[in-house]
Amino acid sequence: MPFAFRHPFWLLMVASLLALRAAGQEPLKVGEVASLTGKEGTFGQSSHKGTLLAVEKLNAGGGLLGRKIELVTEDNQSKQGESATATRKLISRDKVIAVLGEVASSRSLEMAPLAQAAHVPMISPSSTNPKVTAIGDYIFRVCFIDPFQGTVMAKFARDTLHLRRVAVLDSVSSAYSVGLAKYFKAGFAAGGGTIALEQKYSEGDKDFKAQLTVIKAAGVDGIFVPGYYTEAALICRQARQLGLDYPIFGGDGWEGSPLLEIGGKAVEGIYYSTHYSPENQAPAVQAFVRDFQARFGGEIPDAMAALGYDSAMVLADAVRRAGTTEGDKVRDALAATKDYPGVTGSTTIDAQRNASKAAAIFTVQDGKFKFVESIAP
Amino acid sequence: MAEFLQQTVNGLSLGAIYALIALGYTMVYGVLRFINFAHADVFMAGAFLGYFLARLVPAESFGGGLAVMAGTMVGCALLGILIERLAYRPLRRGPTLNVLITAIGVSLFLEYAGQLGFGAEPRTFPALFPQRDFNLGGLSISSNQLLVIGVAVALLVALQAIVHRTRIGTAMRALSLNPVAAQLMGINTDVVISFTFGLGSALAGAGGILYAMNYPSIDPLMGVMPGLKAFVAAVLGGIGNIRGAALGGLILGLAETFVAGSPWSTYKDAIVFGILIVILLFRPAGLLGKPAVEKV
Repeated sequence: MPFAFRHPFWLLMVASLLALRAAGQEPLKVGEVASLTGKEGTFGQSSHKGTLLAVEKLNAGGGLLGRKIELVTEDNQSKQGESATATRKLISRDKVIAVLGEVASSRSLEMAPLAQAAHVPMISPSSTNPKVTAIGDYIFRVCFIDPFQGTVMAKFARDTLHLRRVAVLDSVSSAYSVGLAKYFKAGFAAGGGTIALEQKYSEGDKDFKAQLTVIKAAGVDGIFVPGYYTEAALICRQARQLGLDYPIFGGDGWEGSPLLEIGGKAVEGIYYSTHYSPENQAPAVQAFVRDFQARFGGEIPDAMAALGYDSAMVLADAVRRAGTTEGDKVRDALAATKDYPGVTGSTTIDAQRNASKAAAIFTVQDGKFKFVESIAP
Repeated sequence: MAEFLQQTVNGLSLGAIYALIALGYTMVYGVLRFINFAHADVFMAGAFLGYFLARLVPAESFGGGLAVMAGTMVGCALLGILIERLAYRPLRRGPTLNVLITAIGVSLFLEYAGQLGFGAEPRTFPALFPQRDFNLGGLSISSNQLLVIGVAVALLVALQAIVHRTRIGTAMRALSLNPVAAQLMGINTDVVISFTFGLGSALAGAGGILYAMNYPSIDPLMGVMPGLKAFVAAVLGGIGNIRGAALGGLILGLAETFVAGSPWSTYKDAIVFGILIVILLFRPAGLLGKPAVEKV
């Protein structure tokens, strides 16, 4: 018996490969690096679902340049160093046309130099630290940046919460946290407020009582915690335990269901800023929320999901306008993005390859996230 | 003054947990002369076991909490004995280095098996015991903090009694002094070693629950940092010495808390580990350790 008949599997493989060649239908590969597991797993999962939904929608509409899109996703387990390895693999082995990711600024900063060196366009959906896009002209983002977010929260603390003396508790090992703290402090002091003291922690810390005890002794009327949801929830719990009952507030790193689960009663009445509100009645937002819920079992998309979706859509828009997948042409098209109607607002890429958009403020009421107000740039 | 007292309470409750984990490192080292790196992951397994057992008992009840604690300690003891039986015993006659590398392997195995089984997402640990916050003139102490300190002291006393007052404890000490002579005197070394692992792992299980009650977000990699710090605590106190491990844990917990609450909080871990290096420079065998002469 000839080899192929004894091994129908091989026959099938060869046949399907030939069929693909013949039709010229090799899919376009788009790389994605996300923290699907680990400490910021909720962010990665949300962002990934948004990106996946965008790719599926694009494919249902005929793909890009007549070819289907294949999303190659790598998990970095929320660990340092893994994002660089994953990006290297995506660029050298999978030969992706562009890289999407990451949520956390520290990890986007690992990826950006590699994408820049290989001249592969990279779009971070939601890294807000300004340094990320400063790495080079192939690095873009579709979210607002920390100078804006920090200023918004400073304004909100001063004008809406009427705080005068605030403590800052930020993480030394997160580029996001350090950056956001810096811009908040500048904004709050510029408006006549006082930063009473700044305390530090490290990513992965679980005990914040020491820092909170010092804050308690300093006598402030609010605490700004520019960190991620796990730490934020533990900080709120321990602060309430120590009898600190004034407002605690943070940035977009707070948004995630674990904040409510871990924080429980302690996170009632906190405030944080984020990128979009699912309660926005704009047709594009409502269509996205509907599609997302239909695809992922009724889950309401959060800001990370919306930004993940927008990152893929902005890329697709640029590839369409470029008419090719060559790195430098796609880069030029991305840089020329103007008023792209995204789910998280109208996206225009500025000279620093950042997007400028409005911020939404949320609070927690009766164990649920609740939209408070929207602040325009 | 209130701030100083508050930081002392914070530091003691953190140190008590380090001490509980450090005891496991020190006991295994005392008997077998090797560092059981999988210990920190037994600690993690304890937290998860507690998480699942807690569903079977009424929430925030004293009896239920104690039952979960006891169940977890038994479960972790069995896990520790199993690890020793499957991974370490076949290598006992080999060089210590082989066992050490195997221990790292077991540690990674437990961490990633945990990610596979429980998922890598942090989970929220339920409230086991009824909770209250006491406020004494600006000093707040939670019932959880008191419980941690209380349980740590009770277990430490029990452990001292077992090691110094019981036959099996005598056998453990004999094995630690000279394994060959102990065997010649009719001590069943397998049983004693299994018992040591079981006891150490039970303490890690209790530590896992206490840690999870105070910091209620648990994930399969939660053991890594506390494990590392407890190991350092054990070395600081003099590895192989039970009282030393407890002392080391307390010193580490207090140092960490006071540095974290100072203007130098950015350099918390650097300063804490710097203190340790200085202490070890002057007392290489640890605070309570006896310098041993290596016979070549």
